[in-house]
Amino acid sequence: MTVERQHAIQPYAPAVQREIHKAGEWHWEDRWRDLPAGGTVPQGGTSENYVTGGWRSDKPIFDAVTCTHCLLCWVFCPDSAIDLDDGKVTGVAYDHCKGCGICAYECPKQDAMVMAPDTQELPQ
Amino acid sequence: MAIKLRELTQTPELIAGGHRACAGCLGVNAVRQVLHAVDRPVVTTSATGCLEVTTTIYPYTAWQTPFIHSAFENVAATASGIERALKVLGDEGAIPRKVKTIAFAGDGGTYDIGLQALSGALERGHDFLYVCYNNEAYMNTGIQRSGATPYGASTTTSPAGRRSLGKTQRPKNMTDIVVAHSVPYVAQASPHSWRDLATKVKKAMDKEGPAFINILAPCHRGWRYPMEEGINISKMAVDTCVWPLFEVDEGEWNLSYRPRRKPDVADWLKRQRRFDHLFKNGGGPVLDTIQDTVDEDWAKLLERCGEPPKTD
Amino acid sequence: MRPDTGRVAMTGNEPGALAMKQVRPDVVAGYPITPQTELMQQFAQYVADGESETELILVESEHSAMSAVIGASATGVRAMTATSANGLALMWEMLYIAAGYRLPISTMLVSRSLGGPINIHCDHSDAMGMRDTGWIMLFAETAQEAYDNGIMATRIAEHDQVRLPVMTVQDGFITSHTTQVLSILTDEQVSEFVGIYRPKKSLSNFDQPMTYGAIVLPDFYMDVKRQQAEAMDNSPRFVEQVADEYAELTGRRHEALESYRLDDAQVALVVLGSAAGTAKDAIDIMRERAIAVGLLKVRMFRPFPRVEVAEALSRTRAICVLDRSLAMGAPMGPLAADVAASLVTGRRAPPLYNAVYGLGGRDITIADFEGVIEEAAEVAQTGAPKATVRYVGLRGNEE
Repeated sequence: MTVERQHAIQPYAPAVQREIHKAGEWHWEDRWRDLPAGGTVPQGGTSENYVTGGWRSDKPIFDAVTCTHCLLCWVFCPDSAIDLDDGKVTGVAYDHCKGCGICAYECPKQDAMVMAPDTQELPQ
Repeated sequence: MAIKLRELTQTPELIAGGHRACAGCLGVNAVRQVLHAVDRPVVTTSATGCLEVTTTIYPYTAWQTPFIHSAFENVAATASGIERALKVLGDEGAIPRKVKTIAFAGDGGTYDIGLQALSGALERGHDFLYVCYNNEAYMNTGIQRSGATPYGASTTTSPAGRRSLGKTQRPKNMTDIVVAHSVPYVAQASPHSWRDLATKVKKAMDKEGPAFINILAPCHRGWRYPMEEGINISKMAVDTCVWPLFEVDEGEWNLSYRPRRKPDVADWLKRQRRFDHLFKNGGGPVLDTIQDTVDEDWAKLLERCGEPPKTD
Repeated sequence: MRPDTGRVAMTGNEPGALAMKQVRPDVVAGYPITPQTELMQQFAQYVADGESETELILVESEHSAMSAVIGASATGVRAMTATSANGLALMWEMLYIAAGYRLPISTMLVSRSLGGPINIHCDHSDAMGMRDTGWIMLFAETAQEAYDNGIMATRIAEHDQVRLPVMTVQDGFITSHTTQVLSILTDEQVSEFVGIYRPKKSLSNFDQPMTYGAIVLPDFYMDVKRQQAEAMDNSPRFVEQVADEYAELTGRRHEALESYRLDDAQVALVVLGSAAGTAKDAIDIMRERAIAVGLLKVRMFRPFPRVEVAEALSRTRAICVLDRSLAMGAPMGPLAADVAASLVTGRRAPPLYNAVYGLGGRDITIADFEGVIEEAAEVAQTGAPKATVRYVGLRGNEE
């Protein structure tokens, strides 16, 4: 676990702040007066910008060759972290994957999704 | 036509990643599965609980639908107001008429503190879907026993100890309570059986009036099993008939799934450390009672569904 | 036979229901409780007769009433309810949430004591229980005021510079169940006055799905609450704006504070609600006996007009604040404490004490007020109240 990785999982990492800044009509740096009224979040899905990948100790490794695209990993994933392209699995969204291992456990082709220790640094 | 997973992938991902539920949370997964089976705009609302706190840590929200949480005991009442407001707006043509309201709550917000509001909303006949993600205890506050906690389970307020074998009461039959309201659609579902779950959601969405789906949502923090095994745990709950899958469609009981072989409940209990103490000295009678209760309930359900009695 | 417009005789609950009908809420949630019940019955009759198009949700509790109204309001429609006493207490949790979400809900409170022991009659203990919840609170002295407040509340709440819930309060039984003569507007006049409420941002905007009720942690919570406090602090000028427009329409101008013979008064009484009428009669009598007494009636209790209160009272020599509720264990009753705090931050703080009256519907008569005024006149001489809190109209002597 590197220092960078620790940093990346901080809730208010600068990269995340910039994302929010871009995505929203309000800005993270705004003063209290300029926040949306009533504690509302004025748009959907802003959690996309929050990195939970740092919670992982093991990560699923996807093998496109053995995958039959049964999509069980996709439907059982609690973190909406299985990437698809036109109904076919293309990989794992490591920003959000928390490494629970359900995808690998439930994969009928055991080699298509395999858990392995996560030694890589997270994407910023 | 049986639903295919590929079809479900065509619907938008309405629960964005980056929410703060525990790794392996099947409560959030159940909600995700429900929303993938939805084919129209929805307004969603949730009771206070794991789902709400993990999906909406300000300024982040995982909801890609309009969403409101207001309090713990009132999600069905909040949904009632939303539903009537949507009707007003639909009637004046401001929004499509087919927009539906979906309320989510855990077992605490459904079986216990939210029961009154739910009963009221069901009786009034609002056109909405209520989904209970039942993880069998107050998980958000740290695994306290609820009206849904199974007999014999150790929780932080019904702990096993020198003089205790866990919770001393059996859970209330919430699904039956809803059935007693004579609403158009009531069902039990499980996340492992995704097709059954999606089919039930679609049926529920097409009803006019209240629909209720009670989804078992294993919680590895509370049930104490390895986090990757949650889907399998839910499957075993269904196979052992602890959590049978059925529906009551316009008053007609239909069994959704009948296991070919019905394993002992102990097989399911053994995999969860909340029942550990039952397999030590003195737990035998509790195990027997649990098995007997499951068998009785299963026999009753088969009869209600017009199925032949149990064979094994 | 009741004419639609002009001068009519009605009990207080009836103009409450009429105002509710005339502002044309999209959704109303209702649950019966004495003494509000009649209001909701009358409103249900309007719906049953097709005089109101409102979606009426007959909920199973007041908690659900406020919850349903919150759901409806957040979905972007006009939503209302009404209640009393224990019903308001059951709503309490949701009152904070309605205000915290900045939902423009207006609600009618027919004030009643909050036991135990149970009692169905008027006092302000229910209203005082919600005084910190973030609602604008308007008290009515008469059925006329209850009606006028009921109409103005919608405009105030929905004003885009306000966006706060508004509670209009009338006294249970004393106002709600006694027949008074009042002037009413036509449905069209009210409809034009309040307009249509269709906010851009709401749960029914599917292009921009928003989240209400996210969990806001220490990094943002205080900022959100500060913002809400500012909205509350800024609201009086918009309340006044609405009052101006309403005065243009009706000729009736309702100020946040109403002064009665206060200009040259040495002794001042301060009251909320229906007791102001009795107080005015007693003041007239005592003025004839050469006691320079006047009245300050607080109409807008939240936000509390502290500068104006201090200004209005600073020239007097004694102030008796009458509270129709107790604040157990507090230095004084709620209204007295607010007046005292206002004076402390003002230019001059004359001697002030608190008189508690009318709990659980105990009648307060002109004779009672005469006694109160005599005692206050003594305080004006001595500068020293006999006690911080006095009780009016107890059985036997006070001691």
